[in-house]
Amino acid sequence: MATETARTDLPADVTEHLTTDDRAGLLRAMLMMRGIEERAMTLYRQGKVPGSFYDGYGQEAVSAGPAWAMAAEDRLCILHRDLAAHIIRGVEPWRIFAQYMGRADGITRGRDGNVHFGDRTKGCVGMVSMLPDMMLVATGMAMAFKLRGEKRCAITWFGDGSTSRGDFHEAMNWAGVQKLPVIFVLENNQYAYSTPLDQQFAVDPVERAAAYGFPGVTVDGNDPEAMFEATRIARERAIAGEGPTLIEAVTMRMHGHAAHDDMKYVPTEKVEEWRAKDPIDRQVKRLEALGVDTQAIRESVKAEIDEAVERALQSPMPDPETVTDGVFADEPALLEDGNAPWSGFQKGA
Amino acid sequence: MPTLTYLQAISDAMREEMRADERVFLMGEDIGVFGGAFKVTDGFIDEFGPKRVMDTPLAESAIIGCAIGASVEGMRPIAEMQFSDFVSCGFDQLVNVAGKTYYRMGLSVNITVRLPSGGGFSGGPFHSQNPEAWFMHAPGLKIVAPSTAEDAKGLLISAVRDPNPVLFMEHKHLYRRVKGEVPGGTYETPFTARIAREGTDLTVITYGAMVHTALEATADLEGSVEVLDLRSLVPLDEEAILRSVRKTSKVVIVDEANQMCAAGAQVAALIAERAWEDLDGPVVRVATPDVPIPFSPPLEQAVLPQVDDVREACRELLEY
Repeated sequence: MATETARTDLPADVTEHLTTDDRAGLLRAMLMMRGIEERAMTLYRQGKVPGSFYDGYGQEAVSAGPAWAMAAEDRLCILHRDLAAHIIRGVEPWRIFAQYMGRADGITRGRDGNVHFGDRTKGCVGMVSMLPDMMLVATGMAMAFKLRGEKRCAITWFGDGSTSRGDFHEAMNWAGVQKLPVIFVLENNQYAYSTPLDQQFAVDPVERAAAYGFPGVTVDGNDPEAMFEATRIARERAIAGEGPTLIEAVTMRMHGHAAHDDMKYVPTEKVEEWRAKDPIDRQVKRLEALGVDTQAIRESVKAEIDEAVERALQSPMPDPETVTDGVFADEPALLEDGNAPWSGFQKGA
Repeated sequence: MPTLTYLQAISDAMREEMRADERVFLMGEDIGVFGGAFKVTDGFIDEFGPKRVMDTPLAESAIIGCAIGASVEGMRPIAEMQFSDFVSCGFDQLVNVAGKTYYRMGLSVNITVRLPSGGGFSGGPFHSQNPEAWFMHAPGLKIVAPSTAEDAKGLLISAVRDPNPVLFMEHKHLYRRVKGEVPGGTYETPFTARIAREGTDLTVITYGAMVHTALEATADLEGSVEVLDLRSLVPLDEEAILRSVRKTSKVVIVDEANQMCAAGAQVAALIAERAWEDLDGPVVRVATPDVPIPFSPPLEQAVLPQVDDVREACRELLEY
């Protein structure tokens, strides 16, 4: 039984599997996530985004790195602080803004809000608010891959709070028993709403992986390349039939739980300490050392966002006449493959 | 046509559908080598192997959640709850994931969950429940409840082929008590009501095991009693209900489930809203009072609707 549970800090510089284009792509996805969320917050304050608004400021690497490591035919169950995963799979920014604003062209067509979405045509399933539920859905996808003898993998993200729910245990247990090709990403951002880690668990949850019979690794969640590398290794394990991996991404929720939350329960110095570890700043430094024009990337992201907001604002609100449509399916509508930009796949890795 | 018990018909449906469609597989506790708590899957592991007849850990949320995951990847899982009572442990996955995924994201969830339900044999508070109304209130879930062997097979095959989550309420008390001619091969039974017996003076509306109670209770009454077997609770065959009420003008609704907000309450509301002018008497309900299902036989019989309870309700209403 594999029980390599340890706090393994992966090397920060992972050049073997990432080309400069890959590394720039990771930066672009993170900039796109931050840019979209910042703009959406403005739209929220202008009253154009109904409900509340949730973002992943400072946590961009946790979704960008793993999503970069996933193949087109792999499947993703994505959390609300992981917008970069949607972007990497190919969801167009204007549809994300339309989603936030409850428009007809949002991914859920106004049926659900904010980051509660998943584009089935990109191989993604949206979260429900009971976050670890999706751990079981991902485990079930992995079960289908195993039943059919396919070399594919499912990945799911969940938070530190999720580790307290039964579905966390049920998913990890089943995945361990069946040795399923699934990757569990524990997004440890220090707080579940206002509840700090020391009130959530008595044991570092990465150590629990050993109890289910598979490895758990702790990764710098503010380094997209370390997150990529951990996921790449976990995916190789999965498709080789060696079973699941738990990846604990240690990061920090830099904003409140949602737009209304002033986060006064978090010491200011803790936020400042993490601000110095900003994942985008770190990736920019890396790329500049490689001679990449990161300013050009920023400008192209900003231009795309400007255009996306304009287009989304043109999208109509959904027609109330249609509100009872689509509770039941007349025909099957299943998951399809998404984008997989990692150079390793182009090389046939 | 072969004569099968209700239980054999359920087994037959799964066996035929698994032979015909390799996407279909089974998940549940003790369904493999042991053949299931009620032996519904007896011998399946020999024919289909442990991959398609999957013994799961004791974890209902996992069974349903993993079934959902497999289904969005194109499989057609049939998940067994060992007893319908245990579905409470998988409630969240059904109500919040299975029921809402298509509406939210256009992603269909083709799962069938088998729920051995109902009382009448001293199962006590945790092995006797009829939880269908918990899920009728949750949008996005279909619910069927056969009363005959032929319908058990056809409704189960329809459930497996339906691209939506379907809860299949199979009444444990009918497993070996009810027999009937069942067509071979595969066939689908629509999610609509069925007239179990034609009549003109009063309609008993019910489903599941209570169909047999109603037929027995009204067989020799003074007056011609129609028995409408709903078969499907979601969708509810409103037109069949209204058609029968308009014909007979008197209605007794029987639920084995606890009375509060039971399926029959929805039927009563429908009739009050849309057939008021057609009624010649009050809508009468016979149901289990709102108590947990007790263990001891005289206590259990005191709460579950009995033949005499239904007969008395019908007699009184016929005289109204």
